[in-house]
Amino acid sequence: MKTAHSCCCRAAFDALRSGRNGVSSQDCGKISGCYTTARDETRAGGAGNGDLRDQPHRSSLLIVFPDQGDRSCSQFRVDEAAKKVLPAPGIQPVPSQFDTIGVEAALRIKDKQPDTVITVLSLGPDSFRDTIKHCLAMGADEGVHINDPAVNGADHWATAEVLAAAIKKLEPFDLIIAGRQAVDWDMGIVGSTIAEILGIPVVTIAKDIQHNDGRVTVERVLLDGFETVEAPTPAVVTVSNELGEPRYPQLRQIMMAAKKEVKPWTLGDIGISAPEKRITLEALFVPETKVETEFIEGDTPQEKGEKLATRLREAKLI
Amino acid sequence: MASGTLVIGESTEDGKLNPVVPELIGIGSRLGGPVTVALLGSGVEGVAQEAGAFGASKVFVIDDAILKDYQGDSYVPIAERIAKEVNPAVILMGQTMMGRDLAPRLAQRLGTAVAMDCVNFEMQGDKLIAERPCYGGSARARYTINGMPQIATVRAKAQEPAERDDSREAEVVKQPAGVGEGDVRTRIVERRKEKAEGVRLEDAKVVVSGGRGLGGPEGFKPLEEMADVLGGAVGASRAVCDLGWYPVANQVGLTGKVVTPDLYIAVGISGASQHMAGISSVKNIVAINKDPDASIFKSSRWAVVGDWKEIVSGFTEKVRQLKASG
Ligand SMILES: Cc1cc2nc3c(=O)[nH]c(=O)nc-3n(C[C@H](O)[C@H](O)[C@H](O)COP(=O)(O)OP(=O)(O)OC[C@H]3O[C@@H](n4cnc5c(N)ncnc54)[C@H](O)[C@@H]3O)c2cc1C
Ligand SMILES: Cc1cc2nc3c(=O)[nH]c(=O)nc-3n(C[C@H](O)[C@H](O)[C@H](O)COP(=O)(O)OP(=O)(O)OC[C@H]3O[C@@H](n4cnc5c(N)ncnc54)[C@H](O)[C@@H]3O)c2cc1C
Repeated sequence: MKTAHSCCCRAAFDALRSGRNGVSSQDCGKISGCYTTARDETRAGGAGNGDLRDQPHRSSLLIVFPDQGDRSCSQFRVDEAAKKVLPAPGIQPVPSQFDTIGVEAALRIKDKQPDTVITVLSLGPDSFRDTIKHCLAMGADEGVHINDPAVNGADHWATAEVLAAAIKKLEPFDLIIAGRQAVDWDMGIVGSTIAEILGIPVVTIAKDIQHNDGRVTVERVLLDGFETVEAPTPAVVTVSNELGEPRYPQLRQIMMAAKKEVKPWTLGDIGISAPEKRITLEALFVPETKVETEFIEGDTPQEKGEKLATRLREAKLI
Repeated sequence: MASGTLVIGESTEDGKLNPVVPELIGIGSRLGGPVTVALLGSGVEGVAQEAGAFGASKVFVIDDAILKDYQGDSYVPIAERIAKEVNPAVILMGQTMMGRDLAPRLAQRLGTAVAMDCVNFEMQGDKLIAERPCYGGSARARYTINGMPQIATVRAKAQEPAERDDSREAEVVKQPAGVGEGDVRTRIVERRKEKAEGVRLEDAKVVVSGGRGLGGPEGFKPLEEMADVLGGAVGASRAVCDLGWYPVANQVGLTGKVVTPDLYIAVGISGASQHMAGISSVKNIVAINKDPDASIFKSSRWAVVGDWKEIVSGFTEKVRQLKASG
């Protein structure tokens, strides 16, 4: 019953964190045996372990996100020699779209369970602080910013290893939410890799997350429909745009966010050294596309449509 | 020493070999060395010899009811076990629902890396060079993986399938799943298909797609009519799927479907790189857009500038006439 044990430890930790003294830390191991029983009695309406039963469910969510300007369209230039993408001048970095969606997913859970604590965790250079602040203004509670020159240019696996180590330090938690992929490299690796490192389940490409009683119910987007999947927590869920629009911070929230804490961490604080890279970017370039375009002319739109049909017939395409 | 290619294959829901598998075998054969295929699923044994006909020298079959629906917790340990047994230099799978989920987890278990959604490959010595679109398809990146095995997922229809030769036979090795219900932490509660009527997007010879420029969900009616006359299927941009104008199952692009029709007609679609990622191998693109500078025109063979409504009605009417006259 590994799961029951870790659940219990979380309940104990939660009690400590929320300043209630229902469970003491020494009790943790002891209670693990009776935790599920207490739950069962509660459900049966019995008068079981009162301390545990009265415990408000306090879940801690971790959201991870990178800094990515929305330079997904044509607003950038590729420096082939440096193998880097340079954003067009004046483009401000904003959180990657899938990650504000991740914050939105967490906030929807918090809307239902107000005692939820949302931690925003990110690994990146100084500029990431602003994106963390943006997420705090959206309604997240606290931020952790891992900023260490030793992991500059970290690949996905180094990123995942550092984030996983930081998450262990932030235990206990119920849910880790990541984007299904970031808008620049589009790999979709970090979330699942963190789950593997931590040895917890992962459900990818979510459009809805319900969090209840030690489990998540996730609606996944499939190519031809949807799938509802349940998993015990702690778990990792990666979110997709089908979840819906992330909320936009109001001025008051932006001002409140200024007071929220963003912890600056280095690798030393987490107690790991820079992980090795596993992948090498050999080249980055803009592929050539050469298409001769024929503009169909006509006096009226109707006529242009007719001419298009004729041209496609001549080309034997229809 | 690690050598050859292991393809993690899959079947379609109706029990056929997924069309991406012959493409993966084709890539593996071109890279050199033997190609081994692992088929995981329920009722997949029947397609093992088909993988052989496409050129696999050995096919592992893990056929078990527990593998009926893809779940990472049941598939990952089996893939890990076979990878260790085969010890390949390269592992390939499709950028399918399975591949997207399985590949990163397998890479972590094997202590290696994966390049996702690749479109081109080359072998230099024992180093795999994997090319993939990034920045939503506006740029290309070439990667090498520092360790072994080198894993990649492959975009559907990016590469030619291997040629089928039914006189070829593969050695078929059946193995038990070796995972039980207790190993699977996730549970599929429900699966809902969005029903697609008529021709499947992926199989259609003509695809007519609509974007935000249609102005509303009712704009899809004339497009459906147009697709009907052409014997094609209807696609959509993500903008309109997000707005709820058309089902997500019809989304074309990076996070939707990759389509390869002979003719693609984009109506009221701006041509964002993520949309174009879904039609990157289509030769004949027609764009109808009121903005003469719309970026979709850069990739279009035929361009029609103007309000879509009358253009489409004129077009559909004319096609009807042309078809009626043979
Ligand atoms: C060889 C190589 C060199 C690289 N060099 C750099 C570099 O110099 N600078 C740079 O910015 N990036 C660099 N990257 C990319 C970087 O490693 C991140 O992994 C990348 O931003 C994630 O892109 P993705 O879409 O592939 O991520 P995915 O694997 O798709 O990640 C999806 C989700 O994981 C989470 N996530 C990913 N990265 C982070 C993070 N840093 N902090 C918090 N959450 C995160 C987010 O929730 C994100 O939505 C490099 C990648 C490679 C392969
Ligand atoms: C990570 C990521 C993944 C994505 N994945 C996908 C994906 O898979 N598929 C996808 O499509 N998008 C995807 N996108 C979104 C993509 O960037 C674009 O936002 C989207 O494709 C735009 O859709 P659209 O062309 O319909 O809308 P718009 O960009 O708003 O374009 C509408 C067009 O209609 C034209 N128009 C307007 N009125 C008329 C009229 N009356 N007659 C004719 N033309 C008219 C306009 O000139 C304009 O060009 C993704 C984005 C990200 C960041």
